[in-house]
Amino acid sequence: MIIGVPKELHKGEKRVATTPEVVGHLQKLGFEVIVETGAGKAARFLDSAYKDAGVGIVKNASEIWLKADIVLKVRSPEEKEMAAVRKGQTLISFIQPAQNQALMTALSERGATVMAMESVPRISRAQKMDALSSMANIAGYRAVVEAAQHFGRFFTGQITAAGKIPPAKVLVIGAGVAGLSAIGAASSMGAIVRAFDTRPEVKDQVESLGGEFLMLDFEDEGGSGIGGYAKTMSDEFIATEMACFREQAKEVDIVITTALIPGRPAPELWMEDMVKSMQEGSVIVDLAAENGGNCKLTKADKVIQKHGVTIIGYTDMPSRLPTQASQLYATNLRHLLTDLCPEKDGNIIVNMEDEVIRGTTVINSGEITWPPPPPKLSAAPTKPAPAPAAVVKVVVEEKPTNVVMSWLPAAIGVVAMLGLGSVAPASFMSHFTVFVLACFIGYMVIWNVKPALHTPLMSVTNAISSIIVIGALLQISSDSGWIVFLSALAVLITSINIFGGFAVTQRMLAMFRR
Amino acid sequence: MSEGLINMAYIGATVLFILALSGLSNQETARRGNFYGMLGMGLALFATIFGVVQDNYVVMLLGLIVGGGIGWVLAKRVDMTQMPELVAILHSLVGLAAVLVGYATFADHEIGFTGVEKTIHDVEVYLGVLIGALTFSGSVIAFLKLSGRVGGKPLLLPARHWLNLVLLVLAIYFGNMFIDQSANGDGTLPLILMTIVALAFGVHMVMAIGGADMPVVVSMLNSYSGWAAAATGFMLSNDLLIVVGALVGSSGAILSYIMCRAMNRKFFSVIAGGFGGGEASTASGETVDQGEAISVEADEVTQMLNDAKEVMIIPGYGMAVAQAQHSVYELTKRLKDRGVNVRFGIHPVAGRMPGHMNVLLAEAKVPYDIVFEMDEINDDFRNIDVSIIIGANDIVNPAALDEPNSPIAGMPVLEAWNGKTTIVLKRSMATGYAGVENPLFFKENTRMLFGDAKETVDAVVSSLG
Repeated sequence: MIIGVPKELHKGEKRVATTPEVVGHLQKLGFEVIVETGAGKAARFLDSAYKDAGVGIVKNASEIWLKADIVLKVRSPEEKEMAAVRKGQTLISFIQPAQNQALMTALSERGATVMAMESVPRISRAQKMDALSSMANIAGYRAVVEAAQHFGRFFTGQITAAGKIPPAKVLVIGAGVAGLSAIGAASSMGAIVRAFDTRPEVKDQVESLGGEFLMLDFEDEGGSGIGGYAKTMSDEFIATEMACFREQAKEVDIVITTALIPGRPAPELWMEDMVKSMQEGSVIVDLAAENGGNCKLTKADKVIQKHGVTIIGYTDMPSRLPTQASQLYATNLRHLLTDLCPEKDGNIIVNMEDEVIRGTTVINSGEITWPPPPPKLSAAPTKPAPAPAAVVKVVVEEKPTNVVMSWLPAAIGVVAMLGLGSVAPASFMSHFTVFVLACFIGYMVIWNVKPALHTPLMSVTNAISSIIVIGALLQISSDSGWIVFLSALAVLITSINIFGGFAVTQRMLAMFRR
Repeated sequence: MSEGLINMAYIGATVLFILALSGLSNQETARRGNFYGMLGMGLALFATIFGVVQDNYVVMLLGLIVGGGIGWVLAKRVDMTQMPELVAILHSLVGLAAVLVGYATFADHEIGFTGVEKTIHDVEVYLGVLIGALTFSGSVIAFLKLSGRVGGKPLLLPARHWLNLVLLVLAIYFGNMFIDQSANGDGTLPLILMTIVALAFGVHMVMAIGGADMPVVVSMLNSYSGWAAAATGFMLSNDLLIVVGALVGSSGAILSYIMCRAMNRKFFSVIAGGFGGGEASTASGETVDQGEAISVEADEVTQMLNDAKEVMIIPGYGMAVAQAQHSVYELTKRLKDRGVNVRFGIHPVAGRMPGHMNVLLAEAKVPYDIVFEMDEINDDFRNIDVSIIIGANDIVNPAALDEPNSPIAGMPVLEAWNGKTTIVLKRSMATGYAGVENPLFFKENTRMLFGDAKETVDAVVSSLG
């Protein structure tokens, strides 16, 4: 089958749906790839690079739409492209089926198969084709870069000959993929990063990227510790949250808001009074601008100044990093195509039994199959709930046995020692003293041995335990031939051990070098 | 040589042996420690040969020379990957020697003990032979298992715990019989019967223990060989043997303890054997939709390594099997030449005996100051760009921490998944020894590179250029 990639028509869109690197993988799957001339130019992928990768360069988009069995795009098709969609053709791109009812109807009338990249189910198996996450990752990074662009100071703190520079303070609201990416980028630039999220379980992730998680003092109120995102937050919770933000607004220099649930208006989190209380020259990057913004003042696609604060409302962050975005998006598409083409013979099979493919396919040969049935819950979300209970159980069960188990051997030991002491002759007792003391010396000495030297330790202890040879030597002078034979045999095998053990230890130790 | 002088020499030897063990506390002093060990052994032999032996010098020298020669050749020829086998077979020799000395002592009726002393002496002989026989047969089976002549799978006889109990009761019964008969100058038959029982017990015990529990078995046998020597010391009233036996015995016991702790297992449950049977099947039944592992080619691994600054290599038994340690060193060298910080993370039970991986890496000339213990580096993973896991599975399984129902729950593991990328070199998706699925393979930052460890590492090295 032929895969065609036209140039994106949407104004300002710089991304492209495949890259020369990914083309190689697609060809391995048996596909032939054609690309419209100049399609990758804005993302710095030149026609010549595609050509070198064995791609056919086509003069105009209509040829692509005519020839290709599968069309890969970034943005949903424009009017002009709609008209070119053929029956039996497969279109893979962002579609936004929820918002674009008209587009969906039009596409289904043309009898095509359409796969929407935002409909990839969010299950672990499909993570490698989750373009929303890839794009969110880029958006988070770019948000920090944009903020730095409009911020008048360093991110990192420094002490220079010309004076002390305080580090910038960044607040990231929403620790999803974009938020985490922003936290990572900002903290690696040296800023002090704080992050807020309604889900306390992301605390570890935030901290792993160098951020500080703002914990609300809210756990004990109504036990909403596991309430999480799905439920509407109680008024009380929101009040606490807002109080926390007001506190932060006076301190932070940069606010990056990422609270967005696709297809729904963005929640208002950063009020006008918070903007007012921010310092002159502060920056707000509102990644939810497309859906109304987490800040009321945000203007989509615009950078505005209000109350001395720069508010950035770009909605095309990924496209502002076109090379990276194209590369990740193209790889996501490649993984989807790999799943669609299990035989690696260059033919795709839309297997509606497959959970991932079923979810992604919004129109199957002209029939609208959106929305998909809810995905089967993967193991991940259900597991954590029973886990803590089980842990508690284990601990509880173990305790009583531990008490018994730790005292029983000691008690038996004491009784046995006393029993032995009451009958044993003096000569035995002196040997026994030596034995017990030697055990303790061994205990002390061996704990100091480095784990790296455990193998040499075993071979050397093995060699010295052949001291048993003394026992054989004590008896070898006997008159009884039988005893001499046994002793001589013992001398023979212990000698193997002595020489072998020490020699091999020496050999090993000689290898350890710095 | 007088009695006093001999005893002085023995005390000197004892001190030297203790110095030998304490020398092993780090790599710089280890060689000197080994030298002390040899000196101690030399001193003890010298004092015994010139102070005690009065006759049959030829037989004795023959034994020393032939035995020494065999040992020397073995030590020179053995491959470092075969160290566990060598150690196991050497343990069996200590056990056998204990049995032989025990029989010889028993046959020697010149030492005229009476009353309680007689009984105690008989018990000492009996115990010495028992522990020796057990060590001998157990070590032989361990050797056969480690060298692959017997399958690594645990052999689980029905009612095996009852069988063990019966063998124990038999040993006690024969012991009683032996002491009774020995008082009348007899007792050979019960001693022989008990030896057979002890041999069977050793075989059965080690047969029931599977491959990855081998570090515990090897260190346990190490311990037994020490106790055998100590028991022999008691029967001969020789303090040197008692001290050395106690040193070795406690050394092996501590190693066993460390190994058990590293697997979060009870010593008894390891000895009872049968790990990974019933429990594992329930666990795998629970695992739902693990997702999909992402497989990569060698050149993609090279790409990742090209961009990495911090690399952690986690070797496992698979590296020993594939003899990949030299290739791994080559990889390390190339990366270090580019200024990449390469480190090794070693799990205590990686491989088939304690410290196995360290020895292999040392053989391949990997400097020991970049080889770290699990506890030293487990917190560093978040700074690691690429972790390369070579032929290891259970020791990097996040289920040990996340899933309380997993058979390996609670076992400390190397937390490779905290790094940025993890590359797993593996022959197939098969589960590790514990029979547990490894969620690490399905994490989004994990890449699988399938194939023989040596070949894949070589491929990466050659594409690194």
